[in-house]
Amino acid sequence: MPKPDYLHFFIDPNRCIGCQACVQACTECDTHRGESMIHLEFLDRAESVQTVPVVCMHCEQPTCAEVCPADAIKRTGDGVVQSARKPRCIACGNCVMACPFGVPEVYEDRQIMMKCDMCYDRTSVGRKPMCATVCPSQALFFGTREQIEQLRPMSTPLNRFQFGRQTISTRVFMMMPAELVTRQPYLDVTAAMDERPRARAIALTLIADSDPFAGVEV
Amino acid sequence: MNGDGRERLDIRIDDADRQGLTGTAPAALDRPLRDVEQVTIAPDWRPMDEQPAWRTDFPIDWPQDQYVERRDFMKFMVLTSLAFTAGQLWIAAENWWRRQRGGAGLVRLAALDDLTVGATRTFAYPSEQDPCVLVRTGEQSFVAYSQKCTHLSCAVLPRVAEGIIRCPCHEGLFDLASGRPVAGPPRRPLSRVLLEFRAGQIYAAGVEERTA
Repeated sequence: MPKPDYLHFFIDPNRCIGCQACVQACTECDTHRGESMIHLEFLDRAESVQTVPVVCMHCEQPTCAEVCPADAIKRTGDGVVQSARKPRCIACGNCVMACPFGVPEVYEDRQIMMKCDMCYDRTSVGRKPMCATVCPSQALFFGTREQIEQLRPMSTPLNRFQFGRQTISTRVFMMMPAELVTRQPYLDVTAAMDERPRARAIALTLIADSDPFAGVEV
Repeated sequence: MNGDGRERLDIRIDDADRQGLTGTAPAALDRPLRDVEQVTIAPDWRPMDEQPAWRTDFPIDWPQDQYVERRDFMKFMVLTSLAFTAGQLWIAAENWWRRQRGGAGLVRLAALDDLTVGATRTFAYPSEQDPCVLVRTGEQSFVAYSQKCTHLSCAVLPRVAEGIIRCPCHEGLFDLASGRPVAGPPRRPLSRVLLEFRAGQIYAAGVEERTA
């Protein structure tokens, strides 16, 4: 049974509070017990506490499958890129290098690549993926487009990403500020990597004049 | 409809009127809208007709990967049956050729008086690579078998007093009188060497391969 076509996965990184609930829920799943297929990444740990959940984006042109020399990564008809086929995977790690979103991971001890498959055992029977059911801030949302439009009127789902000259469209949507999407209907990831946050520096005027620790001997 | 013009959704799961799985979609939408067989989009975004041939040979998508054309299936069936038929003809030709070539001929093994009752003697027949063993089981009875165990080709050793031939590798036992397996892993009897007696001499006259 395929994943219903009208249900989509929406990621809203703005809402992520870094609570790790998705990671814990994913770890408890029986199909890959003890390992989390969702990664909770810090954007810039030195500067900010902002985290972003990373699930498989289920590309319409899956680079991981393109580079797989063993033909182990397959996509089902509903557009879900499945985890590596166990008998075929040779744990070469090509997919890990190739994935623009950094999703697949090779488990050297078991000689297999495992990655998020949108909880195919659940979504294929119409249920939500584990992470989306537990996310308290709904940074991970699984539902219809109408629902997300109602819930997030300021944002627009976006599923086009530009990595240098490679354009990728995905089955998982990223929520973007609506005005930004109207200006540019894709997300230029490589350009954003070099971009520094503007007007983010916090000046503590209280201690601007004198160093309060000047007299402290270390 | 609310005052702000947006429709509020009732997302209560247990709503009796809900349609579809989330209560927002018509129940008829349970089916995927587009043809699930055509999901592949190449990385360069060009249509599949313009893609290199290997892309269709090694598809990423399951529907295409599992798909077997009727013509391909027939081709496979015909070629496989052809291979089987050729194999049968080959076996028949081999048998015919072996019969034409004849046996290994007579090879003198020993004189009757060389062996006392219960004595054994090893020899190679029909070629140097076929070790065999000759046993005098009685005053007038001789048996000779190939020494290759029918299990994994270990050398079998006769135990004349117990009336058996034993393979030490996996404790396979054969009947000394007939060469048939009586215990252990072997399931086929030992190949028997046919003997001829002429003027007080024992000759090997052929090998009888047996399957049961």
